[in-house]
Amino acid sequence: MKKASILMIIGPLFLLGLYVLPLWNIMLGAPQYPEPLGMNIFIDGIKGVNEFDIQNIDGLNHYIGMRTLPKPEDMWEFSAFPIIIGVMVALGVLIGLLGFLGKVSYKWFLGWFVLMSILGVLGMYDFNAWMVDYGTNLDPNAIMKLTNEDGTPVSYKPPLFGHVKMLNFDVTSLPSTGAWLMFTGMMLTVVAFFIGKKAWQPKGGTHPAKPIKVKANDK
Amino acid sequence: MKNLSYLICILFGLGITLSSCNNQSQKSNGALSSSAAEKVYVAPGEQDEYYAFLSGGYSGNLTVYGLPSGRMFKEIPVFSQFPTSGYGYSEETKPMLNTSFGFVPWDDLHHPDISQTNGELDGRWIFVNGNNTPRIARVSLSTFETEEIIEVPNSAGNHSSSFITENTEYVVAGTRFSVPVPQRDMPIDEYKGNFKGALSFISVAPDNGRLNLEFQILMPGFNYDLSHPGRGKSHGWFFFSTYNTEEANSLLEVMASQNDKDFIAAVNWKKIEEYVKNGGGTKMPANYAHNVYDEETHTGTSTMIKEVVTVDPTKVPGSLYFLPTPKSPHGCDVDPTGQYIIGSGKLSADITVHSFDKMLAAIEGEKFDGEAYGIPILNFEEVLAGTVKSGGLGPLHTEFDDKGNAYTTFFISSEVVKWKVGTWEVVDRKPTYYSVGHLMIPGGNSRKPFGKYVVAMNKITKDRYLPTGPEMEHSAQIYDISGEKMELIYDFPTHGEPHYAAGCPADLLTENSKKIYRLDENKHEYATIGPDDARVERNGNEVHVYMSTIRSHFTPDNIEGIKVGDKVYFHITNHEQDFDVPHGFSIIGQGTSEILVMPGQTKTSLWEPKKVGVWPFYCTDFCSALHQEMQGYVRVSPANSNIDLSWSLGE
Repeated sequence: MKKASILMIIGPLFLLGLYVLPLWNIMLGAPQYPEPLGMNIFIDGIKGVNEFDIQNIDGLNHYIGMRTLPKPEDMWEFSAFPIIIGVMVALGVLIGLLGFLGKVSYKWFLGWFVLMSILGVLGMYDFNAWMVDYGTNLDPNAIMKLTNEDGTPVSYKPPLFGHVKMLNFDVTSLPSTGAWLMFTGMMLTVVAFFIGKKAWQPKGGTHPAKPIKVKANDK
Repeated sequence: MKNLSYLICILFGLGITLSSCNNQSQKSNGALSSSAAEKVYVAPGEQDEYYAFLSGGYSGNLTVYGLPSGRMFKEIPVFSQFPTSGYGYSEETKPMLNTSFGFVPWDDLHHPDISQTNGELDGRWIFVNGNNTPRIARVSLSTFETEEIIEVPNSAGNHSSSFITENTEYVVAGTRFSVPVPQRDMPIDEYKGNFKGALSFISVAPDNGRLNLEFQILMPGFNYDLSHPGRGKSHGWFFFSTYNTEEANSLLEVMASQNDKDFIAAVNWKKIEEYVKNGGGTKMPANYAHNVYDEETHTGTSTMIKEVVTVDPTKVPGSLYFLPTPKSPHGCDVDPTGQYIIGSGKLSADITVHSFDKMLAAIEGEKFDGEAYGIPILNFEEVLAGTVKSGGLGPLHTEFDDKGNAYTTFFISSEVVKWKVGTWEVVDRKPTYYSVGHLMIPGGNSRKPFGKYVVAMNKITKDRYLPTGPEMEHSAQIYDISGEKMELIYDFPTHGEPHYAAGCPADLLTENSKKIYRLDENKHEYATIGPDDARVERNGNEVHVYMSTIRSHFTPDNIEGIKVGDKVYFHITNHEQDFDVPHGFSIIGQGTSEILVMPGQTKTSLWEPKKVGVWPFYCTDFCSALHQEMQGYVRVSPANSNIDLSWSLGE
């Protein structure tokens, strides 16, 4: 259980990467942009991959009537996410410590993972909803008003995951380093759960020093 | 019988050898032409290996090419007005063409030289000379724009210029025509003994490249034709070829070709520098322009300088010697080691090579053959390292590769001759089309040449390309020099009349090449930093329009209250911060030129409306899909009307 608890302490710490590394990355390449424009989405705001990318993306988007990309103060998410992540890291580390001290069982590890996953899915849902709004809620006086074959307006919603061809742009949207660190951290907590579970099973509820012995016996 | 069979064997054997030889040569001819195509072919989307900066001669500008493709990338305006960008027409760049003769919108640009550190190309700046109204310019190799022009007083026909010393301490400018110094009203036929030739040493500030004319050496009234710096062991010396040591002032074609030998002047500039530093030299009244373009204010300013330090070289012992050189030498080139000084007697078949070591020994041993105007003439035999018996006629210029070979152009016999430095033997020769002047190997006049290609720049084009009437561009040829024999691989037209050129590996410059100017660093006096700053102000009959551009509109685009007789200054600031999105500005009846404004930059066009009416202006650069919509109107009212200034966008 000690090994599992250590993993449970380490896992949530991986989420700290989100404070400095981008969660998501969207790249926009086009014939006249051989060096693509790009935005990195952080938990506290959106930044250009290169210094003037945001300004240039906004400049292009005004043709199709998109609003400018949100500043941190324009969306509650950019102030809420850092707090939520902070709380989840603290909670995860606390569970790990309590597990180490034998105060809580391995099931709490999975509990944290499930909670984090629910929050993650909610976050993705929210992100997607924002992109739908951003990509379809266009200025009625837009310079270019394009419609699909059936007469409905073209949506410029970027993909949540993967590649889409949008007018002259190839848009690729993928999780970025921050997200990969988060996934790794979350996976570590699942591993912690299974190791904890394995150590736990034979005796059921003994003090934390035991499992190592039991494991040795298994061999 | 035995003998006969031997004979048959031999003949048979010979036959096989001959026929196989034939086959081989046919095959290799085919392979040769296809490999030449491969050598110069730079596939779409790929980039050249080297930059080549070719002087534009009487176009007054500098052109940028790629090697080996021979594709032209840019024309950099230096000494000539250039409506493409508005250089020399915009208010900011007019001061760049100011001289003591007033605004001179043209020159004859000859000899580009890239800045060096320790004798190797460093790619910070390129220096060029204006031959006609003597000027030296410094061009930035991060913006590829002219940053500074300094006029050279007491000079005329600024030809043995703009060559730099091996740490870019100085850019050197020598006069081709000797003139009265100071200029005065005097009979021309009193030339001899009275005219002077000024050799100017212009320092280059290591941090920002700023030029300052430190001193001028006043030489006898010869013609100072070309020059090159000593390097390595000969660093501290500068070598100038001379002709017309006869000091003729008419029909020079004949009169200046009488002496069997003219001189290469060897100047110990370190000695003269020290002399001047210690207070030597004479401060002479002068009047010459110093024009500086500031990248942050996007504005050029011109200052007149009123004084110059001149040095009489006979007052500085050991600072100057003459090396006799046959047949009116033109090119004066120094090999990568700094040991050999090559003088090309342009009326000769041979190339004369002087030895720096022998020169020092001759000075030490006082092996003099008299003097000229108090300047010691060294004994020819004592300084001669060797003679290249070329078999050609009319040698002009020499460049070097990195394998100990030299390449000399021959104008009269129209060829490039490759020879070995040290043994003076000719290795190869290839014709040029036609009558080659300068040639260029990237780094070929530095301590570290890149001996892969040589570009020969010709004076005569004739039938090389599709005919375009009597006047045509000059031709240039590229040879592959990586092997023992030179191979002609490409032929391309140039722009203006390229004299010299300078080249360097592409990666020396590509990283530093600017993509945009930062708007947040724009310190132009009339910049419009945010669209809310756009406005129109009147000051008497001067009207200043603070206008910004972004895809695809002008702010403001409707202006009223302008009157006939006003001087309207359109200060256009381009708000784009995206690579390669310039906007242009042009207005009907613009008496200057359009201006092309780069992202983050401010440029000003002066418009003097002469007719009442509503006049359109528009963007000249196809900036976006809505470029055609990028337009506006100016209402011009009669001079005595009282319509207030107003401006708007989207109302």
